[in-house]
Amino acid sequence: MADVKPRVRVPKTASAGEAITIKTLINHQMESGVRKDKDGNLIPRQIINRFVCTFNGETVLDVAVEPAVSTNPYFEFQALVPETGEFTFQWFDDDGSIYETTAAIEVS
Amino acid sequence: MTKELPIGGIAAITAIALAGLAMAEPEDDTLVVNEEIEMVTRTAAPDHLEGALPEIISGWHFRTSETRDIQRDDFDNPASLFVEQAVEVWNTVDGSASESCSSCHDDPQSLRGFWASQPKINEETGELWAAEQYVNNCRENRMGADAWGWNSQTMRNMTALIASVSRGLPMSVPTDGDYAEHWENGKEIYYTRYGQLELACSNCHEDNWGNNIRADHLSQGHINGFPTYRLKDANLVSRHNRFKGCIRDTRAEPYAIGSQEFIDLELYLASRGNGLSVEGPAVRN
Amino acid sequence: MELTRRGFMALGAGAAALVLLPIRPAHASVEDAIAEFTGGAEIGEGGITLTTPEIAENGNTVPVSVDAPGAVAIVMFAAGNPSPDVGTFTFGPLAASQSASTRIRLAGTQEVIAVAKMADGSFVRAANTVKVTIGGCGG
Repeated sequence: MADVKPRVRVPKTASAGEAITIKTLINHQMESGVRKDKDGNLIPRQIINRFVCTFNGETVLDVAVEPAVSTNPYFEFQALVPETGEFTFQWFDDDGSIYETTAAIEVS
Repeated sequence: MTKELPIGGIAAITAIALAGLAMAEPEDDTLVVNEEIEMVTRTAAPDHLEGALPEIISGWHFRTSETRDIQRDDFDNPASLFVEQAVEVWNTVDGSASESCSSCHDDPQSLRGFWASQPKINEETGELWAAEQYVNNCRENRMGADAWGWNSQTMRNMTALIASVSRGLPMSVPTDGDYAEHWENGKEIYYTRYGQLELACSNCHEDNWGNNIRADHLSQGHINGFPTYRLKDANLVSRHNRFKGCIRDTRAEPYAIGSQEFIDLELYLASRGNGLSVEGPAVRN
Repeated sequence: MELTRRGFMALGAGAAALVLLPIRPAHASVEDAIAEFTGGAEIGEGGITLTTPEIAENGNTVPVSVDAPGAVAIVMFAAGNPSPDVGTFTFGPLAASQSASTRIRLAGTQEVIAVAKMADGSFVRAANTVKVTIGGCGG
């Protein structure tokens, strides 16, 4: 899908071993597949079905997402930061697209 | 139009409206966005209201705490997703003149103040224009680009961006001079009962703000939060679209989006909120 | 338009008695869905916190969060939705806490249920009723 832009909020710095709060938001209709259009036809399902956050390759959170998650999916969670590195965020679309963004963090 | 007006009908409707939950006070809370934009969400009612409201209160106060929280931070506010899309469009060349919004306007911040006094009489034509018309005027006459539909996603995104840079500024529209005729027209629409349900804006928003109509906590109907991110639509909603929805819900044929009636109504409604901070894009139910 | 004023009044009077929709019954499939996650094991209480609004202003976007210290994964269900599954949160080694917040769709007043699988293989659950309101003006 074109025009899908994820946004993440990650602090720029942290102390080693600190727990930080991460917020993520992505614009996506999350078409559930149970809505009907004006002519009464079912609008086909198209949602983000999975969200994964890793840090330097290790998993922080892995979410199996169902159509019950609202339009413009929002996730907030906490991560441990053992060392300087990079968070990777991926959202998997039903149509096979993967939306990805990263955020670097420096450990003081 | 209806054939007769049984007096009991109107009384029954009002009784039903008031039979909802007991009068709920607007929540006592303060709104600071991004820990830096201090919003004035309650203030003295403008003189022209002549006491119709004891004070003016932003619609933000009438929503649940969870809804109010979403507006406190641009990150949590899904409207920001749309504002960001507008920023991209702002910087993109469009039209025969090969210009972008930024070619003339530089940064969106340069439009700070614009939204606080919408709608505004256009100096060249003398007509009262809403923000959407200013945008399309630039697009058509200066950029040589196509006009955007009043309620199109691109227009709503752009008005959200334009509103966002005026946040915290007090709403301030004139009501006299060349504005007077439009203002009087808007005022008349505000107090006119429409539709099968024979409801005027004032019946809910002036006479019953703070009460519940079924489970909806009625606000004073100010428009300082538009374009709002409505949870119901999971999208931005423009001022005119909201007016249309309200009038449609009285079971009347609404005025058209972009009509002079709605522009005049916009002026009158903005004036009722003179003094409240621009909150757009706000979060509402 | 066939609906007469009189007819409409009658509808209105009936509707006024119901400010909130009655609770949506849990689909039989919720218990099945939960059993699928637990493999039929017994589910305990305590050690899991599910935070939901008492009244959701709009069923389209309801903020919820769940916290179960020491959990491996937490599954969330909306008992009265057409399909009860909401999502499964699996925590990796770098999760600072076994908690997450999101926004979900609720089709009407219903129970939201969270079941956590703990590190020792046991299960705990929490459930809250969330009232989903219908507005007065076009919802």
